[in-house]
Amino acid sequence: MTQERTSEGAGPVLSLEQVTVGFDTDSGVVEAVRGLDLQVGRGEIVALVGESGSGKTVTAHTILQMVPENARITGRITLAGADVLSLSGEDLRLLRGSAAAMVFQEPSTALNPVFPIGWQIADGIRAHQRIGRRAARARAVDLLRKVGLPDPEQRVDFYPHQLSGGQKQRVVIAMALALDAQLIIADEPTTALDVTVQAEVLEVLRRLRDDFGRSVLLITHNMGVVADLADRVAVMRHGELVEVADVADLFAQPRHDYTRELLASVPRLRAAAGEPIRSTPPNAEAPPVVVAEGLAITFPGRLGRPAVHAVRHVSFSVAPGEVLGLVGESGSGKTTISRAVAGLVGPTGGSLTVLGQEFRGARERDIRPLRQQIGFVFQDPATSFNPKLSIGDCVAEPLRVHRRDLTEAQLRARVASVLDMVQLSPALSGRFPHELSGGQRQRASLARALALDPALLIADEPTSALDVSVQARVLEVFAELHRELSFAAIFVTHDLAVVGMVADRVGVLRDGRLVELGPTASVLASPQEEYTQQLLAAAPVPDPAEQATRRTRWQALVSQPG
Amino acid sequence: MTVTPDQVESPGRLRGVGSLGRYVLLRFLLIFPTVLILVSMVFVVMRVAGDPITASMGGRLTAEQLEQRLTEAGYNRPILVQYLDYLGDLARGDFGRTTDNQAITEVLITYGTATLELAVYAGLLAMLIGIPLGRFAAYHRDRASDAVFRVLAILAYATPVFFAGLLLKLVFSVWLGWLPLGGRASTQTQISLGTIPGASGLLTVDALRTGRADLIGDVFSHLVLPAVALGLLTAGVFVRLVRTNMISTLSMPYVDAARSRGVRESRLVRTHAYRPALIPIVTVMGMQLALMLGGAILTETTFEWRGLGFELARYLAARDYVAVQGIVALLAVIVALTNFLVDVVAAFIDPRVRY
Amino acid sequence: MATVVQEPRQRRGWTDLPVVWHVRHSAGLQRGMLIAGLVLVLGIVLVAVLAPFLAPYSHAQMSGAAGPFPRHAPPSGEHIWGTTVGGYDVFSRTLWGTRTALLTVLMAVSASLVLGVGLGLVSGFFGGPLDRVLVMLADAVYAFPALLLAIVVSIVISGGQSSYFGGVLSAAIAISVIFIPQFFRVVRAETLQVKAEPFVEAARVFGMPRTRILRRHVLRNTTRSIPLIITLNAAESILTLAALGFLGFGIDPTAAAEWGYDLNRAVADTSSGIWWTGVFPGSAIVLLVLGVTLVGESLTDISDPRLRRRRHRGRKKA
Repeated sequence: MTQERTSEGAGPVLSLEQVTVGFDTDSGVVEAVRGLDLQVGRGEIVALVGESGSGKTVTAHTILQMVPENARITGRITLAGADVLSLSGEDLRLLRGSAAAMVFQEPSTALNPVFPIGWQIADGIRAHQRIGRRAARARAVDLLRKVGLPDPEQRVDFYPHQLSGGQKQRVVIAMALALDAQLIIADEPTTALDVTVQAEVLEVLRRLRDDFGRSVLLITHNMGVVADLADRVAVMRHGELVEVADVADLFAQPRHDYTRELLASVPRLRAAAGEPIRSTPPNAEAPPVVVAEGLAITFPGRLGRPAVHAVRHVSFSVAPGEVLGLVGESGSGKTTISRAVAGLVGPTGGSLTVLGQEFRGARERDIRPLRQQIGFVFQDPATSFNPKLSIGDCVAEPLRVHRRDLTEAQLRARVASVLDMVQLSPALSGRFPHELSGGQRQRASLARALALDPALLIADEPTSALDVSVQARVLEVFAELHRELSFAAIFVTHDLAVVGMVADRVGVLRDGRLVELGPTASVLASPQEEYTQQLLAAAPVPDPAEQATRRTRWQALVSQPG
Repeated sequence: MTVTPDQVESPGRLRGVGSLGRYVLLRFLLIFPTVLILVSMVFVVMRVAGDPITASMGGRLTAEQLEQRLTEAGYNRPILVQYLDYLGDLARGDFGRTTDNQAITEVLITYGTATLELAVYAGLLAMLIGIPLGRFAAYHRDRASDAVFRVLAILAYATPVFFAGLLLKLVFSVWLGWLPLGGRASTQTQISLGTIPGASGLLTVDALRTGRADLIGDVFSHLVLPAVALGLLTAGVFVRLVRTNMISTLSMPYVDAARSRGVRESRLVRTHAYRPALIPIVTVMGMQLALMLGGAILTETTFEWRGLGFELARYLAARDYVAVQGIVALLAVIVALTNFLVDVVAAFIDPRVRY
Repeated sequence: MATVVQEPRQRRGWTDLPVVWHVRHSAGLQRGMLIAGLVLVLGIVLVAVLAPFLAPYSHAQMSGAAGPFPRHAPPSGEHIWGTTVGGYDVFSRTLWGTRTALLTVLMAVSASLVLGVGLGLVSGFFGGPLDRVLVMLADAVYAFPALLLAIVVSIVISGGQSSYFGGVLSAAIAISVIFIPQFFRVVRAETLQVKAEPFVEAARVFGMPRTRILRRHVLRNTTRSIPLIITLNAAESILTLAALGFLGFGIDPTAAAEWGYDLNRAVADTSSGIWWTGVFPGSAIVLLVLGVTLVGESLTDISDPRLRRRRHRGRKKA
């Protein structure tokens, strides 16, 4: 038995040698990770980045053997001096939590809904040590204080649903700290969180290294998060390691083509971009396509719960050919507004006029004639199409409803031409939705929305379920089509960088209110409202040096009173 | 209207503590429409065919006699008036009288205790067998031991309770002669227990209070077979119920998260996955009460257990529809009340409802 | 990013039919359970079809060429499963009973299916006051002791005893009344789920008429769980029919052979140690319900990708 040593002298906390992970499936063995070599040193944050299917999550879960039963692992994993793959049963159990601990992507599902958080922390401690109830509770309070949960003495008895998403993630991090594990494996720890909350959680993760001297293996797809936090970066693709480098080197001079491509795809916050995405400016003279005046949307509460005010007194308009970006975090009401404009949700207050028709109190009969002028692209490409119909049939549907005059041949020709418009081969029209990739499906979704050449297109987070490289392509197609067809559009997103790439004007929403509205360039360059400033400062950019200065600016912003 | 993710994360997540009280109150108020629908359904179904007197006496009386009896009992009035009258009686707690002139509420009290006793022991047995086996099968799913338990559970479900009863009687009473064939107790015991002061009517409780070994032995030996027959049937349902719900909670990320902290597998199953699974389990178990009432009719008939089910079958056979209508309406009230209690219990297990 | 392996869906064809698809996509114990269930069910269907050739006597026959049948005769060459107190041949009645059971189940399940699925779809898709009333009614029926309801309905329809077809029909209607709410609830819940799917909303946005959305998008995607509830309800129907017969609200013994009735008569026989009158019809019920339930449970498991998993044996080291 030889103990591997790194150049730094002290042994690494974690070392993976030639690790391969395969899964037995209905269609044979699928290898998710192939021949991976990676080390994490003491007090080091190593980011493992890659797009979906790259094997980064499987790698993270393999370290503590947290893989499904149909997995087969080969190679060697050394964690805190122990050969993990040789362990099983009680030895493996004792290693989990004490040698390495995990932080999960979705804090709301990583916490058990029916137990108080303090109990859950204490239960993890009791799995390893004999400790009295009162002592365990004191430890839990102490841990919650360490991760910055306010009022830990009170909140230790809270149930998960009583905490916000960011607070829940702090609790999960507190659990990872509970047993003094040297290594924290954080699997997409901020992906489910809003950008302002993400910034706070990244702070907590940074303190794991700076204040507590822990090592972190950070799994993420977000290059901004990498730039913000990591010391070293390992890039994965199709189950293999592509490149490992120090964070500064990786962003400054990426060696591998794939890394370069990945970095190029990340949308950048170009504050003073100013480059219009379309040649003809919006026609400000013509009557607007959408006008909202004091728009309010309230959902009635269920069984004694109070009503939900999703949108409160919002006013904006969209001119023909203009792209209005709506930006906000979860609960801001941006999706509800887009659904109201599409006639899927009725306004309950104020006024909403779309293509000259008042939607408040309107019946389906009144709205129907307008429907062929409205296109909609949904967030989730997986569920946007009827799984039982071919892509061609799905795209043809609006035409079959509104263009009864077309013959079958004309219909097929039109479908082929819209698919071509979104740069999909017409040969794909015979395929079923699940046979297309996410990006292809989202482009097909765009094709369906544009099949009737609508005056208004509504896109609800159309790229947020996609990998960055795929997102770049979809945004490109969107911009190109907009140049050609010059429809008016409402583009809903949580990503300020994306909105900077597509929108003429941008509206910032918070808690159902429109906080700020103005030309994209000026809102991004010199935001007037404090919330917009915070939102901008909180979004990490893929450049370690720039991100460091942004981080200080953000810290200054949030520490301001009020 | 669908709720989009935008509204789910609404501000103000800290809800008032008073919401459990409000939930319980609202749920309680929901009992009334449920009961109303149930008893109305009973009324409509029972009266679609005609009136109870023609049903039970038709053919045995002359047309004039029949007419006279109908007028006396008020069955000649408009159906709506009769319906409102019926609801009014129910509201006063009057469930009608049997043809042999017993108040149906009396019948319920006299024989309800017997059914309650059977149901309690059968339910306990079902839980003692069903919950651990269901947990075991969920944890070991798709392995041989799971398959064995599942097939046993399906077998318990596939066997009608009267057939299971018949087999038990054949083996344990006739061939082995260990246990009595039927009844709640031997005549002698019943007389002795009827005379003790403050008799509850629950024979096992009364026998234990006397402390006499012969009485206790007699009562319990009569209880074993009916309780096992009804209990096994219900246990089969519980195994499947627990297994399905535990499989889904065992695959939740929070169980994996606890595993990653080194929590023991046995504790993951018994605590981390079991408690959240209890919420749907309790709800469905409550609904099983309705099924147990159906099962009680069959079990009591098989073992001549003089309870509500046995009496109901007797009234059905005698075509005493006033009695049937009364008992059924009362059972409906019990079912509605139980479902309310079950929802309250579920609310106590689930902090998301409690707070 | 989670590495979700997309379930490869088969193109349309005979292998895409529910049960066939399930057999092809199962493995190990699940496949064993499914096939065992199918064999049991198909075997019983075969017996029902071939009953005239397999049964030595008719269901109500009490005498043969050699005079009246003996009563309570133990199994012998003449009557291989013995005779009942009334002198019926147990073997013949058990065989003929398959027909009664299967016919009732067929009628009950198809009636509940048509009404339950139709109402569930319409109620879930259109919503409104009709939906609320139907949900309340369905919940009330669902909460009610099913057997009691069946008894009451069968009394109303037939007055308790009746001819072959009348008895089967009234039992089938009584059973349907119980199961319509179950189909209704399941289909309505699924309709609500599908209705909120983006592909249905997409059709609403471009103005597809609602009835067409219902036909084209919702109906096709809500039928997934129907094979499963059919099998579960079929099992329940058999048990309900037997229970009705057992309590004396089933089919007259001279009209048809029905296992529940035979068991009712057999209860009294047990005290004198006569086992053959009860054991055979009872076992027939158990086998049929067992077969149907095995099929249903395996279908549930195989359809749910979370439940359908493969295990690699000895994964620790390779």
